[in-house]
Amino acid sequence: MKVIPDFLKKITDNEIWKSVFRHGYTDTPRNRALQIISNVWLHLHPAKVREHGTKIRFTWCMGGITFFVFLFETITGILLMFYYVPDVNRAYADIVDLMYVVPFGRFLRNSHRWGAHAMVITVSIHMFRVFLTGSYKPPRQFNWVVGVILLVLTFLLSFTGYLLPWDQLGYWAITVGTNMARATPLLGHEGPFSYILGMRPDNDVRFALLGGTTIEAPALLRAYVWHCIAIPLIASALMMVHFWRVRKDGGISGPL
Amino acid sequence: MEVRQEKRGLVEFKDDKVFTWPTLVAKEFLAAIFVTVGLLFYSYFVDAPLRELSNPGQAENPAKAPWYFLGLQEALVYFDPWYAGVVLPGIIVLGLILIPYLDNNPKGNGYYTFKERKFAVTTFVFGYIFWYVLIYIGTALRGPFWAFFWPWEKWTHDFPTPPPMHDLPLPLGIILMGGFYFAGLTLPALVKRDFFMKLGVIRYSLTMGLLLTMIGTVIKMVFRLAFNVKYIIATPWINI
Repeated sequence: MKVIPDFLKKITDNEIWKSVFRHGYTDTPRNRALQIISNVWLHLHPAKVREHGTKIRFTWCMGGITFFVFLFETITGILLMFYYVPDVNRAYADIVDLMYVVPFGRFLRNSHRWGAHAMVITVSIHMFRVFLTGSYKPPRQFNWVVGVILLVLTFLLSFTGYLLPWDQLGYWAITVGTNMARATPLLGHEGPFSYILGMRPDNDVRFALLGGTTIEAPALLRAYVWHCIAIPLIASALMMVHFWRVRKDGGISGPL
Repeated sequence: MEVRQEKRGLVEFKDDKVFTWPTLVAKEFLAAIFVTVGLLFYSYFVDAPLRELSNPGQAENPAKAPWYFLGLQEALVYFDPWYAGVVLPGIIVLGLILIPYLDNNPKGNGYYTFKERKFAVTTFVFGYIFWYVLIYIGTALRGPFWAFFWPWEKWTHDFPTPPPMHDLPLPLGIILMGGFYFAGLTLPALVKRDFFMKLGVIRYSLTMGLLLTMIGTVIKMVFRLAFNVKYIIATPWINI
């Protein structure tokens, strides 16, 4: 019986297949290297890595998982955007529809929500691991700084999403959170020394965050735009820097 | 190439590199699958919270920020909002950013060790745990009006009135706080001279300033809990 091998050869031994896959899959060192360097996604990695860097007991895989959860959140988030309009008259009803009407809507919303919590947890464990292995030490100091900013952005991503359901939970959580802003020294109208700059409820830093003195339509729109567009873009840009610098600063950290 | 490793004497630096495909990539894909399955499994059984339509006229009680900010909200019990909500998180972020530039200990670069960097690991782990303890208290142990309830107690609106609080007299407060920072900055430099010399004046001052602020935050909480002190320093402009 040579039917199956012949058939497989027909599939792979033609111009179309070869235009897509530039190398064979035979287990040779050359193909193992090509598998990484000829693939735009995988060539984030070097073709070879130091062995300890592939150990889960060293990395805990937390940075990679954080990035993966970010992708997971992007996909579920895009799907949620099909069903959700950031309008104070509609937002809550859209979420209720997602929970009770939209096929798999409840599942979709749940996974986006729990994914957000997971990302906050994994990014914080990642930071813990990087600290314990001293991986911020030279020459990787700057990448730690980028990482801290990404940590803050993760908090802000999650926080801006909190308001979007427009329910009591989100509304009052954002109330508590943004009320802090009015106590900002100098820049918040209840903060110390704010009289120097003439701060009022309608011109201080909280006003800038909410687009008003109370949480209303402009605040919902701002939370939405920050959550779905601005912060993901900024975070993506910084993730590129973060991953790039892992490579440029000598790959995964390790004993000399 | 010869590389000196602590405690292990001289070892040959060997090329321990392996192919990324499949050694690393396989693990990453497996991790991605496990995370996806875990998230979907959890999402199938546990619903994301959704309360009634927002109503500006009816405040939630207790109104809580998302859990990862509840450590800061818990700090509000002990500090004014300008510190708990703005300056403290600002100092934390700034402190985190400064870590690689303050910690000039060349040891412990790229491997787990406690022995070779006791001070750094102790300080960081303490701060990390402190952050999560505050989050736990804020999340699980704070009920209506942010009153404290043990896990086995039922949240009620009927709790004893907290005892009245008082401010420390201004001169005493200034002496205490000034003395705290002064002693905290000078004593370690005198007692542990090599620690000071290794860091240099600027690194040492920043490191100790941040450390003292973290410890001071804890001390203020103790002052409040043990002695009902509202403010260490109370002025018409700013209270600490």
